[in-house]
Amino acid sequence: MTLTNETVQQRLTEKFGEELHSWEEPYGLLTFSAPKDLNLKIMQFLYDDPQLKFRFLTDLCAVHYPDRKGEELAMVYLLHNMTDNTRLRFKVYTDIAKPDVFTASALYESANWMERETYDFYGVNFIGHPNLKRIQNVDEMNYFPMRKEFPLEDQSRRDKDDEMFGR
Amino acid sequence: MARPVQYNIKNEGGKPVSLSEMPLGDGGDGYFVTKLSSVVGLARKNSIWPLPFATSCCGIEFMATMGANYDLARFGAERIGFSPRQCDLLMVMGTIAKKMGPVLRQVYLQMAEPRWVLSVGACACSGGIFDSYSVLQGIDQIIPVDVYVPGCPPRPEGIIDGILKIQELIEHESIRRRNGEKYQELMTSYGIQ
Amino acid sequence: MVDHHIKLPEGSIEKTTTTLNLGPTHPATHGVFQNILQLDGERIVNAEQTIGYIHRAFEKIAERRPLYQITPLTDRMNYCSSPINNMGWHQTCEKLLGLTLPKRVDYLRVIIMELARISDHLICNSIVGVDTGAFTGFLYVMQYRELIYEIYEEICGSRLTTNIGRIGGFERNFTNTAFTKLERFLDEYPKVLKEFNNLFMRNRIFMERTIGGGAISAERALNYGFTGPNLRAAGVDYDVRVHSPYSSYEDFDFIVPVGKTGDNYDRFMVRNEEMNQSLSIITQAYRKVQEFKGADAEVFHADVPEYYLPEKKDVYTKMEALIYHFKIVMGETDIPKGEVYHSVEGGNGEVGYYLISDGGRTPYRLHFRRPCFIYYQAYNELVKGSMLSDAIVTLSSLNLIAGEMDG
Repeated sequence: MTLTNETVQQRLTEKFGEELHSWEEPYGLLTFSAPKDLNLKIMQFLYDDPQLKFRFLTDLCAVHYPDRKGEELAMVYLLHNMTDNTRLRFKVYTDIAKPDVFTASALYESANWMERETYDFYGVNFIGHPNLKRIQNVDEMNYFPMRKEFPLEDQSRRDKDDEMFGR
Repeated sequence: MARPVQYNIKNEGGKPVSLSEMPLGDGGDGYFVTKLSSVVGLARKNSIWPLPFATSCCGIEFMATMGANYDLARFGAERIGFSPRQCDLLMVMGTIAKKMGPVLRQVYLQMAEPRWVLSVGACACSGGIFDSYSVLQGIDQIIPVDVYVPGCPPRPEGIIDGILKIQELIEHESIRRRNGEKYQELMTSYGIQ
Repeated sequence: MVDHHIKLPEGSIEKTTTTLNLGPTHPATHGVFQNILQLDGERIVNAEQTIGYIHRAFEKIAERRPLYQITPLTDRMNYCSSPINNMGWHQTCEKLLGLTLPKRVDYLRVIIMELARISDHLICNSIVGVDTGAFTGFLYVMQYRELIYEIYEEICGSRLTTNIGRIGGFERNFTNTAFTKLERFLDEYPKVLKEFNNLFMRNRIFMERTIGGGAISAERALNYGFTGPNLRAAGVDYDVRVHSPYSSYEDFDFIVPVGKTGDNYDRFMVRNEEMNQSLSIITQAYRKVQEFKGADAEVFHADVPEYYLPEKKDVYTKMEALIYHFKIVMGETDIPKGEVYHSVEGGNGEVGYYLISDGGRTPYRLHFRRPCFIYYQAYNELVKGSMLSDAIVTLSSLNLIAGEMDG
């Protein structure tokens, strides 16, 4: 028995109704967006449902869209149903001024570090995370480097000529 | 295959195994006169204890260098030490992130004089392709470096060449250098007393 | 697990725990990560990992680079098997562009990817050997890893960070020398692997050291996001090559080895068997490559002039080629808009590429799913209650690559 994208979409719409929107299938991967308060509920439902069984969190990351006012940060979850080999992606958007999202680490242990990394890079505040602190960068860092407004290059570097490198 | 002992100490042509070159000096039957510096240099050069500080890709190439094909042990650097207290050559291989910087510096400070530093690979020399907020742009910002080996990563031959360059430095180093004013100045410029 | 622990008589000494700082430059950690272990005697009570010591900001750099300039970044993620990462990245781009590749290219890629898998597993397994006290295995197999590197060198000119291939195929056809070297490898390596197996497989000391150490159940492993050999050792037969075949893996006949207990021994055995399977895949792929005759045997890339670097001699003589060359090298080709996730089976598990493009010359966002990073968080659970020396073996049998972990 294979689980088609239509079935997944149907089951989710039955449960959550119109709350889920922007259904897409880029390159065959079912994608939708949800309100940020629902992220944990959706994951729990997908995990527990005997038909859906999305029990593997493949990936989790954030994206920064500075131009979308009020929903600058997008959290992207990629779930996998290994028995039927179906993948699913969903996004929740949050305001950069108050980037609070519920943590998935109670459901998936693997989310623990991925969320810490997301916090480190984008400053997404995961509510209920057991140990939300920086993971890749030094603790003293006072900004979130992956946000679009911060430069990539090391600012302390002196040997690069400004004229040559356009700084 | 069992080989006679002579095989190991004699080459094919029956010549004795190659000896290191004698330093400049005057000698005769049963005696040899030369500078103390040269003798010390000769001894130090051929018994380097490297401390591998391997963080990434270059470390894998270093493994190849230590392996049977390239065999760094041929140059008297057989004994890889992992305690900075015992070693005299710090081989920094791979990217040093800013988080790692203080660790590297501490390892360097723990080493006893005389100590040398070999910076292997583009990342250790200059930050390499990683001109980013988190990578230290060259380890020479925090510790003095004696020899730089370019490459990303350098081939094992490159690393061996770097070791030979270090040997050359060691051979010709005056035993007074480490007490000299110039050296003190260098250390002070790095904030090391 | 048998209790080898010597217990203190009750009440004789006040019981305290010791904190041991393992890393970031400890020789037994094979990479830069710190484990703060809380020890009761020699038994581990708790462990806390710190990573990020070679955080290089791949994802931030990738946002500023055109497609081809990202390939060198993927090299440096899992540097033990960089061709897999390179090709995974190229396949992601191809997926975004909607390309289909000639079969011969797919098979050539399979050869290279499986060679990379062998060299990756070889390092991991021999390091497990070193940590259990058998240095011989390491020194012995390193010689044969050089054979793999020679093949890479013949194809792309580089040994470790290969930057191999192009979007749409390879930069040049495999030479006869490359195939001769491959034949030599296929001829010599199985014997070496057999000897390597003999050294460890039924070795009493090795078995005592590894069986039961660092075990994890299938449920926990899935919950922790394990993939690759480490998950298979726990008994889950998830392999990206089988589940979502890429690069024509569906044409090959191979077994996905699984373990039972997910302990260090099973991980070792799974990797060993995977090397055998890889050899079989390479042999099959090589046979398939040889079946191409005439003009088909010269095909080594798909026809995508906008993304495939033209041949150098054309660049000097033809206008069109020069324009494409310039645009590709300067990264002036716009990438189509889209959002794509592609994953390949890397040396340590599912290496994923999540690419969001807004139609500019660089990706808007590129996220790498790095298997090491995800499964290393289980280390605490794996070593809790075991001896300090077992923790070291667990660390090496997980095959942690710092470059991949720190991203």
